[in-house]
Amino acid sequence: MKKDIILAGVGGQGILTIATIIGYAAIESGLYLKQAEVHGMSQRGGDVQSHLRISAKEIYSDLIPQGAADLIISVEPMEALRYLPYLSENGWLITNTQPYLNIPDYPEYEKLMNEIKSLPHNIALDADKIAKELGSSRFMNMVVLGAVKILLCDKMIKP
Amino acid sequence: MKKLLLLGDEAIAQGALDAGLSGAYGYPGTPSTEIIEYIQRNPEAIERNVHRTWSANEKTATEEALGMSYAGKRAIVTMKHVGLNVAADPYMNSALTGANGGIIVAVADDPSMHSSQNEQDSRFYGKFSLMPVVEPSNQQEAYEMPKYAFELSEKYHLPVLLRITTRLAHSRAGVIREEVLKENELHMPKDPNQFMLLPAIARKRYKHLLSIQDDLVRESENSPFNSYTEGKDKSLGIIACGLAYNYLMENYKDDKCPFPILKISQYPLPRKYIEKMISECDEILVLEEGMPLVEEMIRGYLNNGSKIRGRLDGSLPRDGELNPALVRKALGMSELESKEIPEVVAGRPPALCVGCPHADTYKELNKALEEYGKGFVFSDIGCYTLGFLPPYNAINTCVDMGASISMAVGAADAGLFPSVAVIGDSTFGHSGMTPLLDAVKTQANVVIMILDNDTTAMTGMQDSQVQGRIEDICYGIGVAKEHIRVINPLPAHFDENVKIIKEEIKYNGVSVIIPRRPCIHLFKKRH
Repeated sequence: MKKDIILAGVGGQGILTIATIIGYAAIESGLYLKQAEVHGMSQRGGDVQSHLRISAKEIYSDLIPQGAADLIISVEPMEALRYLPYLSENGWLITNTQPYLNIPDYPEYEKLMNEIKSLPHNIALDADKIAKELGSSRFMNMVVLGAVKILLCDKMIKP
Repeated sequence: MKKLLLLGDEAIAQGALDAGLSGAYGYPGTPSTEIIEYIQRNPEAIERNVHRTWSANEKTATEEALGMSYAGKRAIVTMKHVGLNVAADPYMNSALTGANGGIIVAVADDPSMHSSQNEQDSRFYGKFSLMPVVEPSNQQEAYEMPKYAFELSEKYHLPVLLRITTRLAHSRAGVIREEVLKENELHMPKDPNQFMLLPAIARKRYKHLLSIQDDLVRESENSPFNSYTEGKDKSLGIIACGLAYNYLMENYKDDKCPFPILKISQYPLPRKYIEKMISECDEILVLEEGMPLVEEMIRGYLNNGSKIRGRLDGSLPRDGELNPALVRKALGMSELESKEIPEVVAGRPPALCVGCPHADTYKELNKALEEYGKGFVFSDIGCYTLGFLPPYNAINTCVDMGASISMAVGAADAGLFPSVAVIGDSTFGHSGMTPLLDAVKTQANVVIMILDNDTTAMTGMQDSQVQGRIEDICYGIGVAKEHIRVINPLPAHFDENVKIIKEEIKYNGVSVIIPRRPCIHLFKKRH
């Protein structure tokens, strides 16, 4: 068993919380884990990523090589695409569809979604909307994590 | 035993605590901050009352740690790479005084400058000071090294530099804990002159430092963290330092690298192994995170002998951090196939947060300076450095901690008017008070804005040393009371604040304006 996952989003959207939860689950399951994250200046409203590697065997690099990720989990649609160079040929991309608008030149939504939909293995959901229905849009990151579990792990990826 | 899930920084902290640490000193700086933060919230550290509060800057932190070492106890001092420049005076001299209780100088380098002004490699400071350096390649080594380094430090009565880089500092992995050692008892140095660097004594201490260098090389050759792995294919020998070892092994399935590998995690260089590799292999590839220290050392000025490859001959980029793909290319392997970033993706640089007090301060400052044009604002290191970016375009310099005030003074000396400094409260406490003293002494025509958001925000809300006493400090240093002005940077006070800034620009002398409003995240946390 070996899974390389890129987590993507904007600083403050909660991807490190997703990473920490998967991390503890991996350690509890007796798996090896490496999880590299970004702190400091780049966190302030900029693009943030985390490399999460889980394996039954010892892991060397803290960083996932380009072209090797099994999965990109993103809480923002444009950020999902930023890390495409990391995705392997058969890798999956799962993303929230709600844009985070804090830059003047944010691309046209249509174009963005076309790019995402053109990938052979993609799942896109409005996690903000679902979270709001559940009580608060602050749970958005947990909705995305739940979607990974239900839509991907349980149904599509066989271990 | 259950594994702990720790960042590299946290593994160092836990390792130091378990190795009988009595005091942790430091100033926050990415990527080193989490070492002390971990100790601050660790229940065992709290129960043992390990010293764990932040210091004013890296220099005072290093001296405080040296004082604890003088008193016989084990201390760690932490900082980012550029912090070691601030601490360079006590750091370099501590190689001559040496240690009594074990002392570790833990420095986190930031190759690729994710959150920094340069990418200097602290191993050069290790070589410069003639101290041993340890450089973990993973979180488990980061945990184990403090105990090893304290023992090495006490064996040779010498501080040890522990160097990590961003990727290890901020990457988590499972770590297995070992036994917990007791703290040292208070005890004086055996030699009462050890810490007295009068020239006559300093010369003796320096000769002593030189005399133990061969022993330190032996220690590296026998270090559990350095290893030589034989390989059948001697057309290439690979030297992999610290984290670079991981990027090397990542490219070989089941650890099957055909070439001999020298893994280096302790310096000075293990000479025996280097000689063996150079005599046996046709070419040497040096993989090191940071600057080409090892490559340059074994290449030599004339580069005669074995062919050495690395950052200097273009096998690897000359700057920036390494990654598995770059190492793969240097090994001559084919690139993994990867997609391009779609064109539709726009850049998303970091920005001041919505509701940030600095944003309002910059709008007011821009308005006040409108009549003079652009280029008059010297700034500093912190969140407010983002005021350089649109839509603010409010500042013109960012060099080093405290430089805003000193540069404004120098520019005013040259005749620049207006000359404005913008510095954060924590940065002011770190290195702003001494240049303010210069400004007062020469009655420089400057306006100094101390942006007081009540915290060290950029590195994650650490206390600032000057909390609640900025006006008193400025008054004590000699700024006239009527030219210490406190404003509240809110849109409702815009006109009034612009008027105050304009008044102080017109005053010929030292003015201090303190825009005071808590960081928006601190405010949310409190309410």
